Amino acid sequence: MSDTEKNLIDASAPLVEVNGLKQYFNINMGMFRTKPLKAVDGVSFQINKGETLGLVGESGCGKTTVGRTLLHLYKPTAGEIYFKGKKIETKQDIKEFRKKATMVFQDPYSSLNPRMTVSDIIGEPLDIHKLYANKAERQEKILELMENVGLNSEHAARYAHEFSGGQRQRIGIARALAINPEFIVCDEPVSALDVSIQAQVINMFADLQEKMNLSYLFIAHDLLVVRHISDRIAVMYLGKMVELADAKEIYDHPLHPYSKALMSAVPVPDPKIARANQRIALGGDIPSPLNAPSGCPFRTRCAYATERCAMEMPEFKEVSKGHFVACHNMDQAN
Amino acid sequence: MALLEVKNLQTSFFTDAGEVKAVNGISFNLDEGKVLGIVGESGSGKSVTAYSIMQILASTAKIKEGSSIKLRGQELVGAGEKVMKTVRGNKVSIIFQDPMTALNPTYTIGHQLMEAIMLHTPRNRKQAKERAIEMLRLVNINEPEKRMKQYPFEFSGGMRQRIVIAMALACEPDILIADEPTTALDVTIQAQILELMNSLQKELGMAIIMITHDLGVVAQMCDEVIVMYAGSICEQGTADEIFYNPRHEYTKGLMRSIPTTSNDDEPLQPITGTPIDLLNMPKGCPFAPRCDAAMKICLQNCATPMDINENHRATCWMNVKKGIEDGSIVLDEETTAKEAEDNE
Repeated sequence: MSDTEKNLIDASAPLVEVNGLKQYFNINMGMFRTKPLKAVDGVSFQINKGETLGLVGESGCGKTTVGRTLLHLYKPTAGEIYFKGKKIETKQDIKEFRKKATMVFQDPYSSLNPRMTVSDIIGEPLDIHKLYANKAERQEKILELMENVGLNSEHAARYAHEFSGGQRQRIGIARALAINPEFIVCDEPVSALDVSIQAQVINMFADLQEKMNLSYLFIAHDLLVVRHISDRIAVMYLGKMVELADAKEIYDHPLHPYSKALMSAVPVPDPKIARANQRIALGGDIPSPLNAPSGCPFRTRCAYATERCAMEMPEFKEVSKGHFVACHNMDQAN
Repeated sequence: MALLEVKNLQTSFFTDAGEVKAVNGISFNLDEGKVLGIVGESGSGKSVTAYSIMQILASTAKIKEGSSIKLRGQELVGAGEKVMKTVRGNKVSIIFQDPMTALNPTYTIGHQLMEAIMLHTPRNRKQAKERAIEMLRLVNINEPEKRMKQYPFEFSGGMRQRIVIAMALACEPDILIADEPTTALDVTIQAQILELMNSLQKELGMAIIMITHDLGVVAQMCDEVIVMYAGSICEQGTADEIFYNPRHEYTKGLMRSIPTTSNDDEPLQPITGTPIDLLNMPKGCPFAPRCDAAMKICLQNCATPMDINENHRATCWMNVKKGIEDGSIVLDEETTAKEAEDNE
């Protein structure tokens, strides 16, 4: 099958589709006993070509695990992952998939090998996937990539420690772009950066998306950043997706009680709005995913929880076009 | 008299590579019961300012001569360890960014709280225990009697930060310094902690110095704001003045570079360039190399702080330029000639 044929077949399917993804880790409880930690517990979503899906939630909610499992960095416990309509199953599938899908990591300090020069770091994916004919072409590609992310190509022979945080993140992005991907999982790519540098990197993500028609899964905890860059946003809580909608819709009119509290907790950089803002205070802390509550995971902190919430997990259903919520008592909550 | 008067504070680190002027001559006042925010990027000197007030700097750092920190009129610079021991924890308390490392993992929460209380107040064991329980209740920890016997690992991040706050407030300090108190926490927990600090501040009436890089936190918490860059104050004033009438190019740049709810269809306008290398400080304004509006004079000389109005002071040549243009600043001929020459 030629490439054109492939594209014709897959044109209608979303670029990435995830169905009922589960990722359990077995935690050693001592004495040869293990207990499953349900880091991701049945998550489904789709990402279209050229689209950015933001994934937000608090630490421990499983958002990073979703990103990693999606790229098969972990073997999923259950669930299906489709790329352009094709199910990713065998080793060969994974290898092909990783030629088109890649990742940018959170920490630009630990995600770059300190013993490698910038050109080796960026060149490594090219080597692995054999994306060049000769040495000269490899070098040319590396320099082009560096220019694409705004790095001075004269610095190709330098080591990562010689760069600032923002520049290192650019190196990480250049490495991700090396394979000419269609889909990038961005795991908190700007949270380690200073405010003035964050904007540079966010804009670069937006420019690259436009130029290369990229799709992103953008994982972050800074809601204003996610709102800025995403087309749609999904909110996760304790391994489950509780709400998914258009970015502005979910920020301005969240329906799930957890999303409501989350959105109201965002510190808005405007004193008048901040003073007038009525925050919805959540009592207590996020429970341990090892002892997740039965039924709806949010019920222990939810003001609208009823008996039913303890019995069964609410269905993740579409309440208006493109707006999905998992809550039994949505009418009371709104 | 202001509660805290900082004048020309200069703190330098003496490293093998040379002197790093982490704080480079800053002055500000803090009045009773006010919340002052200090914002800036990493390396701007905001934390070093706090550590200088507490005098808990690393051994390589030194508060230079000519600096003055007065607490209720009492000079702290050069006052010696004996005086500082009566200040730290008693009059000025600090809470750190990371609640995981601020507590000793080998002692119970109760032990650590009581230690602080007995050290600073003339309470005996029993009274200290009562006070500790009272403090835990104040920061909304359930079942404080039971919690007293638990170790830090048994608490979540948000609860640990609340315990650290309880510890800092146990001796009713006049000033609470909060060094990025919520940076390590999740948004909903951050909201809890900020709410708690707000209500405690109203209840106990202490002044707070809030050090953060998050303009959202500043907007929510602070009466007054100081914006720092490369060890200097760019701009200081009331929160409303700083947010709605920024008069330093760096502050303006910061405001433009953060996503808000109103600018989401346009691309952000980042500040170009990279943060400054404190070992190689430029001659003029430290922000000039990154400033889009930089004039010749900015590269030569640093502007002096100028009052914009009674609630606002900025250190930027643009204000002088504006003043000359609208006639509110009249220069004598010599300076005008020099200025004109510089700007050519």
